[in-house]
Amino acid sequence: MTGRLVVESLRDPARCGAYSSDQWNALIAAARAEQLAGTLAYRLTGLTLPEPVAQIMEDARCSAENGRTLALWEAEAARRALAPLGVPVLLLKGTAFVAAGLKAGVGRAIGDLDILVPRGSLDAVEAALLDAGWEWVKPDPYDDAYYRQWMHELPPLIHRERDRMIDVHHTILPLTARITPDPAAMIADAGALNNGLYVPCPNDLLCHAAAHLFADGELAGGMRNLWDIHCLLEEFGTGELAERSRLHGLSAPVRRAVRLSHRLYGTDVPDAWRGRAVSDALFVHRLLARDGWGRVRPKWVEHVFYLRGHWLRMPPVMLARHLWTKWRKGYRPVG
Amino acid sequence: MRYRTLLKIGPVGFRIGSDWRAPIAALDDLYRDYPRPDSDIADFTVRLFAARWWRRFLRPSVMIGGDYTIPDAAPLPLSMGLLAAEMGMNLQMALGHRRYLLVHASAVERDGRALLMTGMSGAGKSTLAALLTARGWRLMGDEFALIDPETGLVHAFPRLISLKNRAIDEVHSALPGGRVGPMLADTPKGDLRHLVPDARAIEAMMRPATPALLLFPAFGHALAERPVGRAETFVRLTQASTNFVLLGESGFTALSHLVNSVPVRAIDYPDTPGAIALVDRLWETLA
Repeated sequence: MTGRLVVESLRDPARCGAYSSDQWNALIAAARAEQLAGTLAYRLTGLTLPEPVAQIMEDARCSAENGRTLALWEAEAARRALAPLGVPVLLLKGTAFVAAGLKAGVGRAIGDLDILVPRGSLDAVEAALLDAGWEWVKPDPYDDAYYRQWMHELPPLIHRERDRMIDVHHTILPLTARITPDPAAMIADAGALNNGLYVPCPNDLLCHAAAHLFADGELAGGMRNLWDIHCLLEEFGTGELAERSRLHGLSAPVRRAVRLSHRLYGTDVPDAWRGRAVSDALFVHRLLARDGWGRVRPKWVEHVFYLRGHWLRMPPVMLARHLWTKWRKGYRPVG
Repeated sequence: MRYRTLLKIGPVGFRIGSDWRAPIAALDDLYRDYPRPDSDIADFTVRLFAARWWRRFLRPSVMIGGDYTIPDAAPLPLSMGLLAAEMGMNLQMALGHRRYLLVHASAVERDGRALLMTGMSGAGKSTLAALLTARGWRLMGDEFALIDPETGLVHAFPRLISLKNRAIDEVHSALPGGRVGPMLADTPKGDLRHLVPDARAIEAMMRPATPALLLFPAFGHALAERPVGRAETFVRLTQASTNFVLLGESGFTALSHLVNSVPVRAIDYPDTPGAIALVDRLWETLA
């Protein structure tokens, strides 16, 4: 499993000195597949590397730096579009990390712009974004209606000139999930950046990362999300994290996130946060499921977590109806 | 993966893996004179794989994957495995390469100076480049010209030349000794046959050249030439570049430098002898 090679290289870059060319090829392909090439490149800065690797890592750092510029510019575009509304706009995930200058943002790949706004202002936010050049992505009426009724975010919008997506959240988990975090508290306790945008407080960034990783979705890209958690823990520690995660109903996912971050990335956390749960092994299996060609292997863990992702997201009857509708439209999990 | 090979084209190393033997065997044959990547470490990985395990055997169809992929790439039948490999490598370059500014252009060199030809698919970039090699030019590439943002030099990327439809016979008669791949009929791009660049192109592939003339050829019109302004050239080249945006400021600098440093002409041509004569004349007078 090359997933472990990626994790170990991030955790202890010095060991890369002894890698064979096969290991380098495998590591580079797996790190790219996990969206961790930029992160790895920054971790390897200053080490003596084989010439082709040094060049690939330099390219990855340039790419990440350019990605950072683009992400911040996209946040600025959203700020300009939404400023007249006078509502708080919180940056989430990768954009929040780079905007706040956090360790988790170093070399991080950033795709969409994720923001959180108060639920009551969603209609106004949507209108303002449409007015400023964003357009709908989901042409399918079922998908659109599904998002609006059940999701924690608007259907994704894409900017027609810059070709960048924005996800507008009003909370951090789907409304159909059994856990209901407190977005009002996130907004109330957010920290202001000097451009008028906000970033959630560190413990909320951790809660959100853990919710995203373990309480939602299929753990695709989980190695990267767990690296975010590792960096946040290293930078801010676990002070009052237990209380905060309880407030959001996210105690279990946060505890798992801390345990696995410690287990895989060697995060230094207090003893009370360590330990093991039997089910952790399956999660580790999924997180490391990447081979030296960048493929998800073994395949079965992906299918298991695909079903789990849906199970968490909706009640059983609704899930059955949803999968039936999707199946009729020809959707299959990617092979 | 079960079958694999490593090869280096110009400054770029590739690792290609496949569920089938045939595409790797074809690559090993046609790229036999190319070196392996430095230290056997590849810049990019390409995967040729079956969408479901049984599609390895039943109506085998080749999916193209790798470090960088597009979600809706259509699979190709196994008989076009070589084309799939080439498309996979091109895809890595187009989506992932960022050391050089990539311009979708063919490039040939003479006396350390390069002629770049860019245009839509079907404009004759590959054909003209191949025919010019029969007249003493060194082929630098028929798909991508690699512009170094720091030096402004163009680097070679002499992958297999892909000849399409009528160009197959035309180039073959001009280069009767050229080594070619299998005839691939009815590909998404029509009939297609790969031509191996000559020994000189492979030997000199690490030697860059100074851009000296840029042409926008268009096939199928009466012979004509017109100058192209710098603004139009710039815009057309941003469209012809796959990584102009990805490179950010350095891409802008590299492209500006190129546009400001070479003469540019758009040329229309009804047949290749006419085009070659026109290219010769423009090279004599402008470059």
